[in-house]
This record gives sequence, C-alpha cells and structure tokens, in this order.
Amino acid sequence: MDWYFIIFSVVKIALVIGVLHAIAAYAVLAERKISAWIQDRVGPNRVAPPFVKYIPVLGPILTRWGIFQPLADGLKFMLKEDFTPAGVRKMYFWLAPALAIIPSMLVIAVIPFGSQMGHQKMVIADLNVGILYTFGIVSLGVYGIVLAGYAANSKYPFLGGIRSSAQMISYEISMGMSVIPVFLIAGNLNLSQVITWQTTHGWLVMYAPLSFIIFIVASFAETNRTPFDLPEAETELVGGYHTEYSSMKFALFFLAEYSNMTATAGMMVTLFFGGWTLPFCGLDQPATSLGIGLAQILIFLVKICVLLTVFIWVRWMFPRFRYDQLMDLGWRRFVPLALVNILITAVWLWIRS
Amino acid sequence: MIVNRKSLTFWEKLYVPAIIGGLKVTLRHAYNTLILKKVVTMEYPEQKWAVPTDYRGAPYLVKDQDGNTKCVSCQLCEFVCPPKAIKIIPPGPAGQLADRSNAEKMPAEFEINMLRCIFCGFCQEVCPEEAIFLQKDYSLTGTSREEMIYNKEKLLALGGTVGGVQKWKHKLEEAKAQESFPVKP
Repeated sequence: MDWYFIIFSVVKIALVIGVLHAIAAYAVLAERKISAWIQDRVGPNRVAPPFVKYIPVLGPILTRWGIFQPLADGLKFMLKEDFTPAGVRKMYFWLAPALAIIPSMLVIAVIPFGSQMGHQKMVIADLNVGILYTFGIVSLGVYGIVLAGYAANSKYPFLGGIRSSAQMISYEISMGMSVIPVFLIAGNLNLSQVITWQTTHGWLVMYAPLSFIIFIVASFAETNRTPFDLPEAETELVGGYHTEYSSMKFALFFLAEYSNMTATAGMMVTLFFGGWTLPFCGLDQPATSLGIGLAQILIFLVKICVLLTVFIWVRWMFPRFRYDQLMDLGWRRFVPLALVNILITAVWLWIRS
Repeated sequence: MIVNRKSLTFWEKLYVPAIIGGLKVTLRHAYNTLILKKVVTMEYPEQKWAVPTDYRGAPYLVKDQDGNTKCVSCQLCEFVCPPKAIKIIPPGPAGQLADRSNAEKMPAEFEINMLRCIFCGFCQEVCPEEAIFLQKDYSLTGTSREEMIYNKEKLLALGGTVGGVQKWKHKLEEAKAQESFPVKP
C-alpha cells in the first residue's frame, strides 16, 4: 500500500466510471435509434449545439446520427424540477436511487478491461474471488428498486418493487449456477485467470454454450430488460418502481439500468468471449507496447458494444412475459437446467481426467 | 363457440421458433429502414404532406381580378360563425366607399381570431360575394394572442385573388343537381 498504488487506482477508477457512464449515455441513444429502425422510424436526429451547423460536411451527419442527444437529455434531467411527493418516506426515497446505481458501478471493479499499460494491470481490483464479489454486489441492486417501490408510498411503484424483488432473487440463482461450469472448466475464480485460460484453450462459449444461454437470459431478468421488464412495465404500472421519481433521481435509475447492462455485458465478455483478447495478431498476450494495450481496451469495448446491441435488439423484439410465466421459466426451467449443466460438465471433466 | 387450444410441440415450447421468427422480422425492418431507406415517417417541418383540394384550412379574405376587396361588409359570416371568431367593423354612414364600383361599401376592419376559428367553413358557405375562402394553411403559429388575431390587411394579403362572383351560378348548379339527386332507383 504505497502512494504509487493509490494514485494509479484513483486514476483507473475515474477513467472506468467515466467511460462506463459515457457508454450508458450512448446506450440510451443506441436504444432509441435501434428501436426506431426496427419500427420503420428515423430516431433522434435534430439536437445539436448551435455551433455544429457551421462545421461543413461532418456537422449535419453528426446531427442526423443524434450524437448530441445524450447531452441534451442530461441537461434536461438536471434542469427539471426535482419533485418529492407528499407522503413519501424521505430518507428511503433519497437513498433508493443511490442504492440502485452504486452496485452497477462496483461490479465493474473486478472486470479486466485490458491487459496492461506499462506495469499497471488494466483492472481496478484483481480479486481472487472476483466472481463471488460480483454476485454479492449484483444482489444488492435489488435493494434500490425495492426501496424505491416502498418509499414512494404509491401503488404502482409498490407493485413494481414487489415484482422486482421476487424476479431478481429468482434469476439470481440460475445466474449464479450457470457460471459454475465455467469455473469448473477454467479452474479459477479470478477473472484475469479465466481470460488467460481462454487464450490457450479458446473462448469458453464453445465449452459451455448452455451456461451462456442461461446467463444471458438471467441477465435480461437481472437488468429488468424486456422480456422480463415486469418491475417497470410501462403499460401496466405506469413507470413501475420509479413512477414517483423526477429529475436527477429518475436519471440515476435510468443510468443504473444502462450501467447494469454494460457491467453485465462486461461480465459476459470476460466469462464467455475471451475478455480483451482476440485469437490472432498476438492480441491475446499481455501488451508490451502502449498501442497494443490501447487496442486491447478497444477490443473489450467493441465486444461490450456488440452485446449491448443484442440486449437492445432483444428488447424491441419480444413481448413481456406474464408474471407466472416468468416465475415458471425461472424456477422450473432454468434452475434444473443449470443444475443438469453443472452435472454434465462435472462428469465430462471427471471422465477426461 | 369453443376454440380448442392446440398444445405446443416440444420445439415450440423451447421458444426457439418464436425467437428466430422475431429476430427475422426485426432484422428485416431494421434493414429496410437503415439500408434501403424505406422510412414510413415524414420529417415534418422539412417535408410536408400534399394538402388535398377542398381541404378546409384557415379562412382568408380574397380579392377580385382587379385587386379590389370583394367583401361588402354584410356581416353574414360574423352572424353565422359558431365560435364567434369573426369581428367586422362596418364603415358607417359616412365611411370609406368600396374600392370596386359595383359595391356600396367594404369593411373598415375585418378580424378573424385564429385561436377561436374552428375551420368549419360556414363563412365561406354563407358569403354572397365569394369573398372568404377556407384555404390550405393548417399550421398557424404566433408568439402572442394578439398576433393570432388576423386583421383585414393580413387576411387579404394571405388570401390571394379569386376573380368574379359566381355564387349564383354555383347555387343554380347545386339546385339542378338536387332535382336529379337520387340518380336512378
């Protein structure tokens, strides 16, 4: 524990959280654009700061892509009235948005987003029990939503909170059990070691495809995305758990959803798609130069973006599950499937040894 | 009527055909919009829909072929106007004469409050001089209530020219059409 370590950690934390929030903001834009394309629309294409129209060719193109939309959205959230309804439990009401967003930022701490730059490993905390930490933190995410539903003293958020608590706890189990085969195969709980294993043996999605399917479905449920977006079902519950929230407090819930998506995508990239590696051009070895280090971070980000696109695409494709169907799928399909998956993997590994 | 629900096959229970179908549909739409540019929406202020003929937009006063005011200040439109959007100030006994020779007078002021107007077309229907027409403007904007009260000058400028008074000719045609209205049994 020296100053050197502290300074580099602080820099890494600041950069990672900055990039995470930038990705979350632009994921909102991607969500709106992709939904527009799927629904034969154009999507946001107007907002631009005044100086942009003087940039020759590039200005109009950037405006058409809606590149400045997240800035406008952020500004709008900050300028809106922060309204606290009468009859809410103030302390919990204020605590809930923070509790929703903190876990999503903490999860990213153990995910290796690059090999190394100089002597710094590109991971904030290279824990030996990385995955246990992740699941511990992810479980906390439900508290923000439940508290929001409870504190708002309103029926719709309350129903959203109830649904979310049951749903997230149910899918937590199949999610946790779905990754056990991954660690049985890789033989290590440290996420950096999992990536190293994948450089020599190939991506884990080829060894544990069933794990990947269960994990991605459970992560849709964990991040409250369609087809499992019951806690915020707009058509049934107005806005679900964040109905009574406005301004920046609502923005925090919104940001938490997209940060959670990004963090989950990061987990999936690490566990199943080789993290920051690509199996050619020597990109699967720890970087020796700055350029390769940056390229590996870029590879990681591109992989995350691809998975985020899948998340968004799926949202605009499926209708919502009914509540009993959701529970049925969680407990009677995925939990047994995950158990069988563990058994098969264990037996296969035992036979091979 | 009882409709028997078909039980799903094993393959269908896996949701796999539905998922693949959904992926195909959404991909097709995204491809059509993004690559083929088959967008079904219109980007409104730049692109506007073609206003059909006989569309009932905002009512404006029109001039005759010599550029004179056709309105003779009879105030029928003011009386018939359901939301009372029209306000006419007649010239009075010693007022200004009409600027065309075959009319006695013209309004000193003619105001239509476009915030009240419901574009019903009664004024056009009732006008004996064919001086007011519902035209094609449908998007009227202003920054104050005063600005939305259009005066005579503005209405005439926006209305343009419709030459000749043919009201009675049109009425005759309509009356003739009425006689043979139920065309053939």
